[in-house]
Amino acid sequence: MFGLYETAFGSLTWGNILMLLIGGLLIYLGIAKKMEPILLIPIGFGIFAVNLPLGGLMIYTPAGFPAEVPTLGGLIEAIGEGKIGLLNVLYTYGIESEVIPLLIFLGVGAMTDFRPTIARPISFLFGASAQLGVFIVFMIAYLSGMFTVNEAACVGIIGGSDGPPTVYLTAALAPRLLGPITLVAYSYMSLVPILQPPVIKLLTTKKERAIYMKPQLRQVSKLEEIIFPIMIFIVSALLVPKSVPLIGMFMFGNLLRASGVTDRLAQSAGGVFIDVLTFLLGIIVGALMPAEVFLRPQTLAIIGLAIVAFAFGTAGGLWAAKFANLFLKEKINPLIGASGVSAIPMSARVVQKMGQEANPRNFLLMHAMGPNMAGAVATSVVAGIFLGMLM
Amino acid sequence: MAQENVEFPITGKITSVNVSQGSKVEEGDILCLLESMKMENPILAPVSGTIAKLELSVGQVVETGDLVAIIEY
Repeated sequence: MFGLYETAFGSLTWGNILMLLIGGLLIYLGIAKKMEPILLIPIGFGIFAVNLPLGGLMIYTPAGFPAEVPTLGGLIEAIGEGKIGLLNVLYTYGIESEVIPLLIFLGVGAMTDFRPTIARPISFLFGASAQLGVFIVFMIAYLSGMFTVNEAACVGIIGGSDGPPTVYLTAALAPRLLGPITLVAYSYMSLVPILQPPVIKLLTTKKERAIYMKPQLRQVSKLEEIIFPIMIFIVSALLVPKSVPLIGMFMFGNLLRASGVTDRLAQSAGGVFIDVLTFLLGIIVGALMPAEVFLRPQTLAIIGLAIVAFAFGTAGGLWAAKFANLFLKEKINPLIGASGVSAIPMSARVVQKMGQEANPRNFLLMHAMGPNMAGAVATSVVAGIFLGMLM
Repeated sequence: MAQENVEFPITGKITSVNVSQGSKVEEGDILCLLESMKMENPILAPVSGTIAKLELSVGQVVETGDLVAIIEY
């Protein structure tokens, strides 16, 4: 049948135009300011894809959910008829199924060097305390009445500052918020160098920040490095069964790295493998932000609450480190507690810089990496706790 | 006159050397930049004084504990 040839101008709403500007801004920030470019550029492009009307990359149901077709046969037919787009398929089989965030975590595990954490096991105390922001914001978000309990958990987990657990939890509990939550999480991770210093300055004295720590960490043996991922996996699986998918993939990736005989596998997992998954995640997440989903008061609330989460996460880590100092003979610099907010390696870098400013002899980078990695493990465990409580 | 040996706190590659033998430095001045863990880390002067010895070149790979400089003060 012939119809009038239709351009997309008539269907473009003001909301779409605003979203196109936001997408453009993300691409600009990624390129010009180097803000998490490997995520923000695909996300920005995904936003374009879904806010240019009548395009077929991602198709929404009238209720505002990505269109889905339950059977494979139906799916093939629907693609042919243009009722479902490429990104719908990737969303259903990649994100809704949790395949992509979990496999990304495998790659992250293969790139993570846990030796600083193993060298100072108390790092786990700081990594765990830095989850304070997650729970505080979970409470605030829930009590505000703007979010259901499931949604509130996903807003809170942004404070863990770790991408894959955030995507994993939100895809399971509040898929409708996946776009805004993932975008806010990754944007704030790149803003850690701006968000953390004021909180740190408020809660520590210059004298505390100047506490000197010898730059070298204890040498960690190969055996410890191999046992570590296995032990973490077993312990967290027993304590928090729902954390098994996340921690399992994370630690499997790490074992490939630590074993010393599977370098090729570890290099693949941490190389092209994770790259492909990362840009797929980025463009899909971008395509989850059509104007009618993103331009809602909830999004503004998420942006505001996430700052609170980062602030209390930083505070939790600092307080734990100060508390530990009451008992430790060789005092630690409380700054390293603040790097329990993972954002690897952003917060460790903040700590390094502030420690050096307070005392030019200080070089806290390696000390800060320990809590930094432990924070990533802790956030995955917290995601498992939420899943256990809420599903 | 007292001397202080400044050592590299971490393994890495030197990307810039900001002072030379004989320079006067203040506490907190940047002696050189070291690329490590995919970031540039400044190595700072721990005391004010004069550089008595510094033999570094851009591109050089250094190990933890190697000498950055000797500062006399």
